[in-house]
Amino acid sequence: MYVAVKGGEKAIDNAHKYLAEERRGATDVAELSLSQISEQLSHAVSRVMAEGSLYDKDLAALAIKQARGDLIEAIFLIRAYRTTLPRFGYSAPLDTSEMDLDRRISATFKDLPGGQVLGPTFDYTHRLLDFALAAEGLEPQKAEAAEAPLDEEVPRVLELLNAEGLIEQSAPADYDDTAPVGDLTREPLEFPADRDLRLQNLARGDEGFILALGYSTQRGYARNHAFVGEVRLGDVTVEVIPEELGFAIEIGDITITECETVNQFQGSKTAPAQFTRGYGLAFGHSERKVISMALVDRALRCHELGEDQVAPVQDDEFVLSHSDNIQATGFVEHIKLPHYVDFQSELELVRRLRRNAEDNIREAAE
Amino acid sequence: MALDSSPGDPSRKNWMGILARASETDLENFWQLHGQEEDYDFLRRPEIGLVMVQGRAGGTGGRFNLGEMTVTRCSVRLSDGTVGHAYIAGRNQRHAELAAAFDALLQNPERQEEIEDTVITPLQKRHQQGRDDRSKKAAATKVDFYTMVRGED
Repeated sequence: MYVAVKGGEKAIDNAHKYLAEERRGATDVAELSLSQISEQLSHAVSRVMAEGSLYDKDLAALAIKQARGDLIEAIFLIRAYRTTLPRFGYSAPLDTSEMDLDRRISATFKDLPGGQVLGPTFDYTHRLLDFALAAEGLEPQKAEAAEAPLDEEVPRVLELLNAEGLIEQSAPADYDDTAPVGDLTREPLEFPADRDLRLQNLARGDEGFILALGYSTQRGYARNHAFVGEVRLGDVTVEVIPEELGFAIEIGDITITECETVNQFQGSKTAPAQFTRGYGLAFGHSERKVISMALVDRALRCHELGEDQVAPVQDDEFVLSHSDNIQATGFVEHIKLPHYVDFQSELELVRRLRRNAEDNIREAAE
Repeated sequence: MALDSSPGDPSRKNWMGILARASETDLENFWQLHGQEEDYDFLRRPEIGLVMVQGRAGGTGGRFNLGEMTVTRCSVRLSDGTVGHAYIAGRNQRHAELAAAFDALLQNPERQEEIEDTVITPLQKRHQQGRDDRSKKAAATKVDFYTMVRGED
């Protein structure tokens, strides 16, 4: 139990002033601007948008600056901010097949329509510190440009398999597109949770937690043998249908990362063998997150696919209840706040138990 | 809303999309050139809110809520009664106001062609140019596989 305590206002005020000064750091060093953060720390911005569950690069940059680079604190600020705004409605589902691609790779097919497009990736770098970046004022390196843009048509890799009937459909046969979509920002999670809620939860879940769970599937806990069918990074158009217009309009483009996995196949005497799917999608450039998410999504589909639940990653209640880093940090960190009364009663209890035990020993000796 | 275009008008959908993606600076400059004579008042002042963005499992399957994005909307009425609307990604209120004003102006049959030619088409070209430039950089990172001959023969 946490009991409110009074006092300490002055100390708290001064602590916050101290925090502000520390946030600024040495004043002979130039102050960070929000555009520097959004332009040059774009992966941090992506993570804050994905897990803050709010796409707005400027707000994410502000939150990162205010939180001194503590990304979970920044995510907390974003989550708090979103509650102050009205919700105008829902977008049409993103058409990720129509993304303007910056990157698109497949680990399952070497040659495929649209090609393997590496984009701005850390892959194949040597992970050696580049001390040239420590020097300021260097001429920035320019990207090469090809003669022509990418192909207009870049088909989804899994649809190539689907055309041959080698993989399950992306939606179950009885799927109803007009059915309401679960929204965990509106109703508390209940278990078992359907895939819509699981995907929403994973999309905003902590990258480290989802990464670790995804890793556990590869190490043999709920093994489902995943291949990365496709990773896509790029900009996708967002459409809404405002009530006053009654038709869909485009409100802009957002950057997203998407991953589709091709997983362990299933078959029986009556049904021919087919691969299964896992899916990951997140705001911004969040590749590690979406690959992990696809692994966890696939593991959480165990009941639907008739697999035994043998590992934590297959347990929706365990995964979805612990993935949210704001809930987690709130509960974990609150134990540092005053629990004086709680602790006093425990202290009293231990003293009494010890007294009783000593009395018993003395009585036994007499 | 006497002069409102018919719902689903493909050209209106197009210009609203272009106006939403334009920069505030561009719209401000174009308004100085083409809209300064126009008077409008607000039916709805610029208002910042959220839209819940939906995705589909597997890209093409069942819908789910991915997360929210900031959106600014605005509605204006020109002195002739034409109503313009804007919904734009982000929180730039002046951008939403100007987009709504242009949406109204574009519904005036006497102005439509001129504004399409002098504002919408150039903005569309600029946007397309930006997309192409970016796509060409991605295209330069496309892998060309070559096969190595292994073994004898």
